[in-house]
Amino acid sequence: MPDINPNTAPALATPAEPHKGSPSLQRQRQRAAFWFLAPMLIALFCVAAWPLMRTIYFSLTDATLSNLYDAKFIGFQNYLQVRELSSGRTIYRGTLVDPDWWNAVWNTVRFSVVSVAFETVFGLIVALVLNAEFKGRGFVRAAILIPWAIPTIVSAKMWGWMLNDQFGILNDILLNLGLISQRIAWTASTETAMKAVLIVDIWKTTPFMALLILAGLQMVPRDMYEAAKIDGIHPVKVFFKVTLPLIRPALMVAVIFRMLDALRIFDLVYVLTPNSSATKTMSVISRENMIDFDKFAYGAAQSTLLFGIIAVFVAAYIWIGKVDLSGEKSR
Amino acid sequence: MSKRLSQSLRGAGVLALMTVMGAPASAEEINYVIGSVGNAVEAFKETVKPWEEETGHTVSIVTMPSSTSDQFAQYRLWLAAGTSDIDLYQTDVIWAPQLADHFVDLTEAAKDLAPQHFESVIESQTSDGKLVALPLFTDAPALYYRKDLLEKHGKEVPTTWAELTATAQEIQDAERAEGANDLWGFVWQGNAYEGLTCDALEWVKSFGGGQIVEPDGTISINNPQAVAALEQAAAWVGTISPEGVLSYQEEEARGVWQTGNAVFMRNWPYAYTLSQGDDSAVKGKFDVAPLPMGDGEGAQSAATLGGWNVAVSKYSTKQDIAIDLALFLASPETQRTRSLLESKLPTVPELYEDQELIDNMPFLPAWKEVFENSVPRPSAPTKGKYNEVSAKFWSAVHDTLSGRATAAESLEILEIDLEDIKGGGW
Repeated sequence: MPDINPNTAPALATPAEPHKGSPSLQRQRQRAAFWFLAPMLIALFCVAAWPLMRTIYFSLTDATLSNLYDAKFIGFQNYLQVRELSSGRTIYRGTLVDPDWWNAVWNTVRFSVVSVAFETVFGLIVALVLNAEFKGRGFVRAAILIPWAIPTIVSAKMWGWMLNDQFGILNDILLNLGLISQRIAWTASTETAMKAVLIVDIWKTTPFMALLILAGLQMVPRDMYEAAKIDGIHPVKVFFKVTLPLIRPALMVAVIFRMLDALRIFDLVYVLTPNSSATKTMSVISRENMIDFDKFAYGAAQSTLLFGIIAVFVAAYIWIGKVDLSGEKSR
Repeated sequence: MSKRLSQSLRGAGVLALMTVMGAPASAEEINYVIGSVGNAVEAFKETVKPWEEETGHTVSIVTMPSSTSDQFAQYRLWLAAGTSDIDLYQTDVIWAPQLADHFVDLTEAAKDLAPQHFESVIESQTSDGKLVALPLFTDAPALYYRKDLLEKHGKEVPTTWAELTATAQEIQDAERAEGANDLWGFVWQGNAYEGLTCDALEWVKSFGGGQIVEPDGTISINNPQAVAALEQAAAWVGTISPEGVLSYQEEEARGVWQTGNAVFMRNWPYAYTLSQGDDSAVKGKFDVAPLPMGDGEGAQSAATLGGWNVAVSKYSTKQDIAIDLALFLASPETQRTRSLLESKLPTVPELYEDQELIDNMPFLPAWKEVFENSVPRPSAPTKGKYNEVSAKFWSAVHDTLSGRATAAESLEILEIDLEDIKGGGW
């Protein structure tokens, strides 16, 4: 096992100890580092922090798209407001009690978990195949990236036609193979709409996953496999006892990246199954409110919640991952 | 050498003359944005040619997706940002009240032209006394039917939805027994988008179930006739209509129809010319009729009023030229060209008696009546909230059609939702 204790790494890298006598040099280095980092920090502030702050600010106002700058501050009313009706009935309004919003949250989470799970497994399989030595490996590696290289809108449109109930090639193949007796309206029927989106997303993103995992696989020293081979250990056992633990950090990063991406999915759903409540995700519904319904502030509130949910997911994932890692270390 | 010199001198002379006479000193490029359904873009290039030749300006076309909901979203973004990139917008009949603030008032410019059009159309484009857009063509959907198949099976053109259902089922069964496995009885627009609002409004209205929100602002959708209308439509899915109809917009329905795989289709007039095209499998085999009516009290044939208009952006830097183009596009002569090219319905009453147009669109005289009795979508009473109302309505209908809820359930919830959106008033 290689040393994966994160505490030892910074201690080695810190320049403080050998330069104890020259604090000014250290300060100089820090200043230089700051100036090198400054352009990136400014860029990040402009393209990430500022829009985020604006969105949060708008979610606390009554802004509409045609009236962005004279918006009034209304507190948390877009999230939750309690209204007393003249009849004495109390009603709750706002995103937090909006069934459409929670439906979208559920759709998004379900989509993310299922798609990332499948993509991880398929990506791992593809990566293991690509990691093996065979003729034309370079060509296959390039070829497998094609789905990832096609712009999402194009592949969504393409799949839209392939999944079409009347002219679609998928129905044709399944019919000819005798697997189905009637053409399936993939994107229209509420039962298959989510499956259609999942199929396309898994097709599209597995190569990305495979590439990240492949990078992890290539870090595994070859002599470990040789040692295992000499000891006569079954390849399946080698995979679970050697390969998997070693590529775990790479796998974790890949899953986080994919999860972040999947939770904010928009384009694929928007093109393939627009307006279907079975597939509407958080991003889709927030755009709908912002633009179509002219409820900009309400959409901003949903975007803010989307940001919060993604943050929670990532934090939880990192935390769970860490706990597991340290458990392994203590063994 | 001397010849070339004299040539260039003459050229310079002409140029100088043109400047003196006030001819366009520089040819401007005008940006016109348009949705791409059927042959709309090609036909537009053809229609605008005379204006380009006369004025020396060029019109460059910005195309939009065919879904009107997507188009509207893009317009809203552009207009909210006050972009000067687009000079003229082609707008749907329902958009005038929602986008009025961003467009130039055309009352003065069109004071001679406006009275030549149907009064109701001009009225639909007037918001708070401001003429927001000029009409290009109007739209009212029809029932397309296969003459040959009806004749073969000895059927009449249906006048009620019940007759349509029975006829479609019978022909579909008989034809499939003979091997036409891909044939469907009836195709229409069932995707969850603005088009479904049009289709469903026709069903509800034809059953005497009102028009969702009445002109005075009352919400009328939750009634037994509306329930009956939606139940009827829900029964079509999977029987006479493919299940995929729930994802069809106009072009998908036309795709099934034009390849000869449908007995009936509900569609707008644009499909007529295309279906008569040389590459069409149904060329010469079909005709159109008014949409059937429902059953019960107040039943009638209903067609949702559609139609497109041209509006001049307030943010355009070439407003004068843009207004001139708008006037040209809405003129009776241009409407006539458009009808010939695209089988669009003109908004000028006298064109309905034009013999050449009638030869080209035999259904034209009948359409004057259909159009005059057409039902508007509730965009006027619901004002800026129309999109949300329409989205709630199409979602409720889509849920019913896909079997997620019964018609009675979804309309009851729709009523509450609409009341919430209405709040203190539209």
